[in-house]
Amino acid sequence: MRRSVPLLIVSITGFFMLIQYFIPLEESEWLYERILDWIIVIGCFAMLLGLWSLTYVSVNKVKRKVPGWGYNLVALSGLFFMLIVGFVPGQESLVRGSAFMHLFEYVYIPIQASMFSLLAFYIASAAYRAFRARTVLATILLVSAVVIMLRLVPLGPLSGINQWLANFILTVPNMAAKRAFWIGVGLGATATALKIMLGIERTYMGRD
Amino acid sequence: MDLYDQMMNLDRRWVYLVIGLVVTITAILPFKVPLYITPEVRSVYNFIESLEPDDVLMIGVDYAPEVMAELHPMSYAITRQCFSRDIKLLLCCLHQNGPGMVEQVIAQVSKEYDKVNGEDYVYLGYKPYPGITILAMGQNFRIPFPEDYYGTTLDSLPMMKKLTNFDDIKAIINISGGSGTEYWINYANGRYNAKLAIGVTGVMTSDYYPFLQSGQIFGLIGGMKGAAEYEDLAEKGGYISREKDQLWAFKSMPIQTTTHIVVILFIVLGNVGYFMSKRKKYGKYEHP
Repeated sequence: MRRSVPLLIVSITGFFMLIQYFIPLEESEWLYERILDWIIVIGCFAMLLGLWSLTYVSVNKVKRKVPGWGYNLVALSGLFFMLIVGFVPGQESLVRGSAFMHLFEYVYIPIQASMFSLLAFYIASAAYRAFRARTVLATILLVSAVVIMLRLVPLGPLSGINQWLANFILTVPNMAAKRAFWIGVGLGATATALKIMLGIERTYMGRD
Repeated sequence: MDLYDQMMNLDRRWVYLVIGLVVTITAILPFKVPLYITPEVRSVYNFIESLEPDDVLMIGVDYAPEVMAELHPMSYAITRQCFSRDIKLLLCCLHQNGPGMVEQVIAQVSKEYDKVNGEDYVYLGYKPYPGITILAMGQNFRIPFPEDYYGTTLDSLPMMKKLTNFDDIKAIINISGGSGTEYWINYANGRYNAKLAIGVTGVMTSDYYPFLQSGQIFGLIGGMKGAAEYEDLAEKGGYISREKDQLWAFKSMPIQTTTHIVVILFIVLGNVGYFMSKRKKYGKYEHP
């Protein structure tokens, strides 16, 4: 019973969502809209679960003073500080100029921008080390990367040729590879969805 | 360790130092980078140019501050172009850090053009689970967003009176720094046939060329270069101006350009060292 009921719910819902696409009736549309509404509500509960999980794991680490527990303390402080600031009475917290948005603009944005800026340094170092023409395939990768990077660089009379070459790489070999990848993903997703709806794939319930 | 080995195994701190210096010097001493306007960027610009006043365009802003250097200029340039032409905007956000990004853009640009919330633009706000939210918006904007970002019910907003779902808007432009774009392509375009263009980060650009060729998206603004191209077009159209410091991506292009040159030079240096050390070791290089 504990396994059959969830399997039945998943199967019925899955097949309904599949079939309703082909049923041009108002009733089917109505039910479809209700289901979409439910999913959003269920999703909001999942966020609460995430909040609880983060708090639980972080508090435990701080209590047990595991290595790096200071970071968990910072995470917890940030989490609850932002929550409290967001609920300060007498102000619209999400409007520009509020305390919450000030924190977002003057603390969160600079932190994230700085973190991402560091990538430029790491990527430069990684590119220097990784792009070596050791084999034919590595050479093709290296040449392609250089051509794509040079697309941004003014090369005078060579710019036109390089633009053409960069465009060719992006729209022919790149597109062929990406298309193969996306078709593979699509087929894989369809197969997995069918397996879930038919009750063959059950790992989402936590066990086989 | 001889010279060639040193060329191959440069301490990473030297790489960091050179990159840091190049970025700083170029920021202090900028120069103009000539831009080639790609057809995929021009088609987004031309599409907005073809819209009539009071037409409604939807912008999905799905990015966090980490990619704002690349994507914020797109949002600003498109919003300014639309407001200049009295095109109404419906904005939404499907990334948890996006609401602040939209709020920055809309608060500033609406003030510049005296645009009124609810009449000239509506900001729907944020909802989690992009796939479901897009599917629900395809039925009715009121399912995932009964109220706008500021807590006003959608039915009480004049602009929303004639808007039910994607059928009532001219197109969607999704500006995204993550996988949210795939949901817009799969559901907004695939399921509801909404006209869609996208603006994405530089590293994401190559992923979306297949959708451009298949016609699932009608335009693609890729990374800072794409944003700079768009700003260039918007400046020529008279929607943004250099004097008012509104060409941010364009201004950052010299930094990106010099950094790329330096990265290429480092790659060349490493490879020269690699080949020369091989030649020295074996007398003549033989490809493995």
